[in-house]
Amino acid sequence: MGQDIYKEIDQDIHTDPMILQMGPSHPATHGTVRFTLTLDGETVVKCETEVGYLHRGFEKEAENSTWTQVFPYTDRLNYVSPLLNNFGYALAVEKLLEIEVPERCNYIRTIMGEISRLSDHLTCIGAGALELGAMTAFLYAIEGRELVWDLIEEVTGARLTVSYGRIGGVKDDLTPDFAEHWKATRERLIEIHGITDKLLTRNRIFLDRMEGTGVITPEAAVSYGFTGVTLRSAGVGYDVRKDHPYFCYDRVDFDVPVGEHGDNFDRYLVRMAEVLQSIRIIDQCLAQMKPGPVNSDDPRVVLPEKAKVYNTIESMIQHFKIIFEGVQVPPGEVYSYTEGGNGELGFYIVSNGTGKPWKIHVRAPSFIVMGGIHKLFEGSLLADIIPTFDTVNMIGGECDR
Amino acid sequence: MAKKLIDLVQTKFADAVVHSHSRLGNDTIVLHREHLVSVMEFLRDDPATKMNFLRDITAVDYHHRVPRFDVVYVLYSMEHKHMLIVRVQLNEEDIDIPSVSQLWGCAGWLEREVYDMYGMNFTNHPDLRRVLLYEEFEGHPLRKDYATQASQPRVELLKPERDSVEEFFHYVKDKDQATGSRAAE
Amino acid sequence: MGLEYSVPENVVITTRLDEVVNWARKNSLFQYPFVTACCGMEYMATASARYDMARFGAEIPRFSPRQADVMWVVGTVNHKLAPYLKRIYEQIAEPKWVISFGVCASTGGFYDNYATVQGIDKIIPVDVYIPGCPPRPEQVLDGLVKLQEKIELEPWRKYAYEEKKRSRDQAAGPDENPLFQRVK
Repeated sequence: MGQDIYKEIDQDIHTDPMILQMGPSHPATHGTVRFTLTLDGETVVKCETEVGYLHRGFEKEAENSTWTQVFPYTDRLNYVSPLLNNFGYALAVEKLLEIEVPERCNYIRTIMGEISRLSDHLTCIGAGALELGAMTAFLYAIEGRELVWDLIEEVTGARLTVSYGRIGGVKDDLTPDFAEHWKATRERLIEIHGITDKLLTRNRIFLDRMEGTGVITPEAAVSYGFTGVTLRSAGVGYDVRKDHPYFCYDRVDFDVPVGEHGDNFDRYLVRMAEVLQSIRIIDQCLAQMKPGPVNSDDPRVVLPEKAKVYNTIESMIQHFKIIFEGVQVPPGEVYSYTEGGNGELGFYIVSNGTGKPWKIHVRAPSFIVMGGIHKLFEGSLLADIIPTFDTVNMIGGECDR
Repeated sequence: MAKKLIDLVQTKFADAVVHSHSRLGNDTIVLHREHLVSVMEFLRDDPATKMNFLRDITAVDYHHRVPRFDVVYVLYSMEHKHMLIVRVQLNEEDIDIPSVSQLWGCAGWLEREVYDMYGMNFTNHPDLRRVLLYEEFEGHPLRKDYATQASQPRVELLKPERDSVEEFFHYVKDKDQATGSRAAE
Repeated sequence: MGLEYSVPENVVITTRLDEVVNWARKNSLFQYPFVTACCGMEYMATASARYDMARFGAEIPRFSPRQADVMWVVGTVNHKLAPYLKRIYEQIAEPKWVISFGVCASTGGFYDNYATVQGIDKIIPVDVYIPGCPPRPEQVLDGLVKLQEKIELEPWRKYAYEEKKRSRDQAAGPDENPLFQRVK
């Protein structure tokens, strides 16, 4: 009887939808995006996304630099997994040049790429937990990331923006004691994975916030161009490493975790599983690797050794020409794609035969996900936006280039 | 990856294809603008091709070639796992091109980005505005005749940003090429 | 611990007001992290367990500009974002300081093009510049310590407030704000 009175009162209250700006600088969105949300109570009715707050003109800068000078710009695309971008771009240029890199280089690229992917997934899991209030999980994930960055620093010299890839190879071979350091790091990483798992996976609050929110169907995901973890969590098992293998992915044994429901919790679980798979890939690669040359031996592309450059005139001229005029890439276009941290990272490169690219276009997985993210938000509550946006892992550098 | 995709399109739409090639493993066809939507719809729905995944839409500005622009669509099929690159050539004066945003969900944003950077006008697009740059921005930066450093500030700056573009041009001989701090000498 | 046992009871300490206020301010900086790009990763690393920013007192990121003292501008600012940066800076209550973290925020970095602001000091006044792409956490902590030294040495009635009062009393029109010297 009491309920009847309330019903009548509710019918008299007239509500209007409210427009809320989740503006470019917001604590819960890591990355600058702007959402203009139309809210009906707490439910999101319409969401308009605005990106471009980190547009730095990567493509225009690439047109003004030589082929090798583009590598630092590619670092800053998906800045949590810079090595994957480096190697994706190097692969694209090598396709245009039609050169092959030696086997050891492929193994090194696979190893360093998977280490970078570890860094990406740990950051995403940690930051996602942080936004939901689980600061402890964040600190553990960042500790894991610091260990990974120690490894990267040992090999490449820098923690975050490495510029390690080169056309025709990599900058330097792995350090001699890399394998031991990896063994020690690996134990700690598996421990951290276990701790984060224990803290989050069966946590009532975490489950309540992540399960059933941000759902997308497989058909919508394919139509909106999602790739990577967002697509695999919806049930479509598309992974560039398995479907169109490159580097050494056809020689190692790994699984591709595929989710079922397409919600946030599935994305979190897929990421956790991919961490273990990456560790598995690195172990196998280190076991299979043999000593050998690291750079391709094509003299038009690879710099000669320093000893020869300082002592012979031919090497000095070769060094000079490669650095000043850039690698002369034959004219043509190519679209080359690899599995970046967030999905399929594609490079569409056009060359006009000189040492500078004519055009480089990056198919950024985050940009395309942002184009379809209103589908994930509409119909859900305002508080569900936070875990959805975090698990989708929008990286501003990649989205806006 | 045989050329069967190109052959399929050529048998069905013989008058649409200008030419095709398969260099470096990328099957490419160049279409006329009028037949673009019908060919794309055929590619998406036909069971032999089933290209349900639009990977990328971009454009290339060949500065001195006539026609000047090329709009590039990269299509992929999740089931058959084959890829096709479709190109449409546009002249500088006539940059209208029909939109394919009704066929794939991601095409909307990709076409907005091409409009933002190159200025292509996609007819029948539900919402054609700039996506990476702001509304007040004039010009289309990725065209080859846009000077790299020509910035358009939105707030009044407290000091001049850098030497003016006019001063810069003074030192650069080839004014056609896009300039930058590492312009060729 | 040490201080409490070595100082006897019922003691009066005299000092200069400058020193006490600045000591309190520099050791409890509330930050507003305006994080945009890759430097944000190093900011997160500096705030985390290994290189702890909390031991310098600058622990909490207060995400409301009204409650913050220091604005950390972390990462590239481009022309699309510039009006929002200026607005947030104006919303922070006095006394306020700005740290520009990374080369992109200090001078535009290697993005010398149409999109990037060539340094945020073209928009807002900056106190400490931390160069690096991205700067190592040790360098960030060095920058934070430099800001603390700067706070220690300045007059406790921060000059901006005095300037504002003076300009409000004397200025002829809105253009004569000595805080922002505009280039004509």
